[in-house]
Amino acid sequence: MSGISRRDVLRNLAVGAAGGSVLQMIPAQAAELAHELVQKEKAGAGGKYTAKYFSAHQYQTLLLLCDVIIPKDETSGGAVEAGAPEFIDLLASENEEYQSALGGGLMWLDSFCVDRYEHVFVECAAEQQKEVIDLIAFKKNAIVKPELSQGVAFFAKLRKMTCDGFYTSKIGIEDLKYIGNTALAEFPGCPKLRE
Amino acid sequence: MAQLVRSPKIYDVCVIGSGAGGGMAAKILTEGGLTVALLEAGGPVNPAKDYKMFVWPYEVPHRGVGVGGKAAENFGEFLAPNGAWKIEGEPYTSAPGANFQWFRSRIVGGRTNHWGRIALRFAPVDFRSKTRDGLGEDWPISYDDIAPYYDKVESYIGVFGTKENVASAPDGIFLPPPKPRCTELVIKKACDKLNVTCIPSRLAILTKPLNGRTACHYCAQCGRGCGTASNFSSSQVLIPPAYETGRLTLITNAMAREILIGPNGKATGVSYIDKATKTEKRVNARAVVVAASACESARLLLNSKSALFPNGLANSSGQVGRNLTDSVGSDGEGYFPALEKMPAHNHDGTGGMHMYIPWWKFDRKNDFPRGYHIEMGGGREMPSAGMFDDVCDEVEGYGVGLKATCRKRYGTTIGFAGRGEMIPNPDTYCEIDRDAVDQWGIPVLRFHFKWSEYELRQARDMQDTFKAIVEAAGGEYRTKTQIDGPYPFGIQAGGKIIHEVGTARMGADPRTSVLNGYCQAHEVKNLFVTDGAPLVTNPDKNPTLTIMALAWRASEFLLDEAKKGNVG
Repeated sequence: MSGISRRDVLRNLAVGAAGGSVLQMIPAQAAELAHELVQKEKAGAGGKYTAKYFSAHQYQTLLLLCDVIIPKDETSGGAVEAGAPEFIDLLASENEEYQSALGGGLMWLDSFCVDRYEHVFVECAAEQQKEVIDLIAFKKNAIVKPELSQGVAFFAKLRKMTCDGFYTSKIGIEDLKYIGNTALAEFPGCPKLRE
Repeated sequence: MAQLVRSPKIYDVCVIGSGAGGGMAAKILTEGGLTVALLEAGGPVNPAKDYKMFVWPYEVPHRGVGVGGKAAENFGEFLAPNGAWKIEGEPYTSAPGANFQWFRSRIVGGRTNHWGRIALRFAPVDFRSKTRDGLGEDWPISYDDIAPYYDKVESYIGVFGTKENVASAPDGIFLPPPKPRCTELVIKKACDKLNVTCIPSRLAILTKPLNGRTACHYCAQCGRGCGTASNFSSSQVLIPPAYETGRLTLITNAMAREILIGPNGKATGVSYIDKATKTEKRVNARAVVVAASACESARLLLNSKSALFPNGLANSSGQVGRNLTDSVGSDGEGYFPALEKMPAHNHDGTGGMHMYIPWWKFDRKNDFPRGYHIEMGGGREMPSAGMFDDVCDEVEGYGVGLKATCRKRYGTTIGFAGRGEMIPNPDTYCEIDRDAVDQWGIPVLRFHFKWSEYELRQARDMQDTFKAIVEAAGGEYRTKTQIDGPYPFGIQAGGKIIHEVGTARMGADPRTSVLNGYCQAHEVKNLFVTDGAPLVTNPDKNPTLTIMALAWRASEFLLDEAKKGNVG
């Protein structure tokens, strides 16, 4: 917040909604500060994130699943690098619906894997993990095998939240090549409309 | 109440509510030389802290969805402080089957902090609808009465647009429009094929500097609140000049409870709850302007019962709370494969559409009365949570393939919003709930709401039109609606479009209306209502511009009356 003191902020408070250049700068800087705080919180735990809602084991499973849903590819990093698991954990810590859908879903996954392979998901072999994911990643499988339906619902929910976490990250936004969120003197309009 | 705090000071006017109508009244009245106490039920707005302009989703831990992902229902975490569908401690009730949703703002500037800035004039025919089709009621004023005030409001707040000579959408005093986005050119082309009118939109955003405010910088984030006040809000454009007169006293966190009436039948002030201390306080005034939002204003009038006004204040007609309407709203979405080929580019623009479809079937015979307009949005917007929900549902799967699909689909969706006119009906109104009070002890509203066949047919026409436009543009229409159930043809619940108006309508006949053409109560000459409540019809033009024009006109009338000694 260099250049703008707490006093400046307070003075703006008093001035109210008058507008002006100094006001324009503060939100972005405040946001930067908030971002730094989050980074510091992460660094404070030795760089290792401590889950707010999920158990250590569940969180480990979540990391794996997020990486499966949005992995690193030639264009960009994956959902884990983009902070999707932290985002999902934060929301789950605040929302009971997510707790049962995701926390419960992770437990369903482990039970399913134990029944099938005698190991919880993270301890299954890579090809076993892929087999399970291929079962729960598509609605049509639950039509053939109704016993998969809870797993399919869980994965569908997690897929959306992982996309949310990824595509709201810097990595995800750059992956999409979004250009904007900046001040322009003129709006250029549509560059070229191809047939 | 522990104690009643009385202030000996007498203001010329007490204005209740600081949004479009109250902010305008405060500005015109203070500039005209009157002292004004402005009561606002919420807190002050602080652009430096409250406006999230230029914030990236990854700069906040919740990425825009808010605590527990729950901000989405109130339009997301980044929006300017605006209000909510549910306010803790301030409930309202619904009659069985009504399902009315009431959005309330509790902040200086009210809903103008976040509104869509769509600034459309009502057309001459909108003031004479009953004469034209026999439904509802005519206004006591004509387009010619209000036109000079539309001119004044547009010249002061700044509205971009173009002169088009569309009968249902009169031209105004416009700043130049921004260039169209790619998505809008796609739709424009399809509309031309179908003979559907598609023209530059009319938004209260500055494309040129105006009245000391700088021009738009095209970040597309008007809804977040603008750090440079380049769009219109009451908090940034109406309240500051009122302050500068030195005659405005803004009282925040003040929940009006009752308008006080003297033995001569005139308003003498307002009793309000100071939320901070939970005490009852009083503002004395020679005139009262109610602009608390249409339903909140009706509630206040109905709760202001006295021996002289046992039915509620200014309510001998029984029309307070009646004639409630919201806009008919039905939305749709298309996928446009052609947009996949667009190179990456800055698509942001202003906060809102650059093109829209005004009511184009004005002179045709339709199977419903009145009309609607179509708003549009989409394309290469800033990515946000939920953006790929459809891809997830349709494509499913995971991994590199899912990622490639998201990349391909990004920016290829265009959404449509039909916004049409509802006809007032006897089953739609609000009244005081006999059994419930809010946490301030104020009796709450109970809503009755029903769409009629007119509105349902209109929603069907919207869906048919969206589909025709999408298909004419080579796209795929994605929205599926039911013909029955709670939301036939995608019609949204009443209140959801946040255009509720009509609850203290104006009229020439005091037996069937609450106010005269100057927004002055027929029965209480120093009482005015200047929000959406006076509106006699709710045409497909978002009401804010008309609210401000009527408020300006009413305030000038009040100034005149004060000069003549006819007030207080």
